[in-house]
Amino acid sequence: MSAVELRTPLKRARGLGSAKDGTHHFIIERLTALALVPLSLWAIYLALSLMHADYAGARAVVHQPFNAICLAAFVLALFWHMQLGLQVVIEDYVHLRWLEITSQIGVKFACFAGALASVLAIVRIALG
Amino acid sequence: MTPSARPLSPHLQVYRFQLTMALSIIHRITGVGLSLGSVLLVALLLSLAAGPEAYRVVHDFCASWFGMLLLFGWSWALCYHMCNGIRHLAWDIGWGFEIPRVYLSGWLAVGASLLLTALIWGCVLARGGAA
Repeated sequence: MSAVELRTPLKRARGLGSAKDGTHHFIIERLTALALVPLSLWAIYLALSLMHADYAGARAVVHQPFNAICLAAFVLALFWHMQLGLQVVIEDYVHLRWLEITSQIGVKFACFAGALASVLAIVRIALG
Repeated sequence: MTPSARPLSPHLQVYRFQLTMALSIIHRITGVGLSLGSVLLVALLLSLAAGPEAYRVVHDFCASWFGMLLLFGWSWALCYHMCNGIRHLAWDIGWGFEIPRVYLSGWLAVGASLLLTALIWGCVLARGGAA
């Protein structure tokens, strides 16, 4: 009997199954989608209202607490939803293992950076 | 995993074109496109926080013909992804799985996305266009 065969089937199966967080992914994707319906409509309205505003006017609008809070909620839901969605696209179409892993990490980092940069910008405007 | 000789599900080449598959593919494409578009959103917010010079650069890019083209595409992509997303949310609570309803809601999502996009750009034109 070789050493390899002494390992139990459980030892070989461990770590190869489901990560057990698929349902959580599904629920968060739907919750962020639900939040994004009104927030996106509101963001479109805000963008249209800012079309002819100059710098000071645009800044004054984002400075208002209600707008700042809604805008922050919008970007947070947006980047969270984006990460979850792109994750599924990569899982489905990228079959080179190293490329899949690096793009998953890249997407997570990019979405986090996008959310962080947006929220910090909003906070600077809201408090400035 | 060793590859097996089991039959595979139909490949795209032999799959008859249907509205449902097209809408599903477009949902993914618009999702990826909107993700790319979020770069402009971040740029806009950062420039608004940074100062008038930076804001002018982003604003002028948005008001250029290329910027307007991108904004037009993204506005439709957002409307479509939202309308079809609501369709998906309805399915998630078990509504509308009958084939006639799947087609009806599909056409509704397409129509609503076009209507919303027309409304948005109607507002833009009514207020004197860009710049």
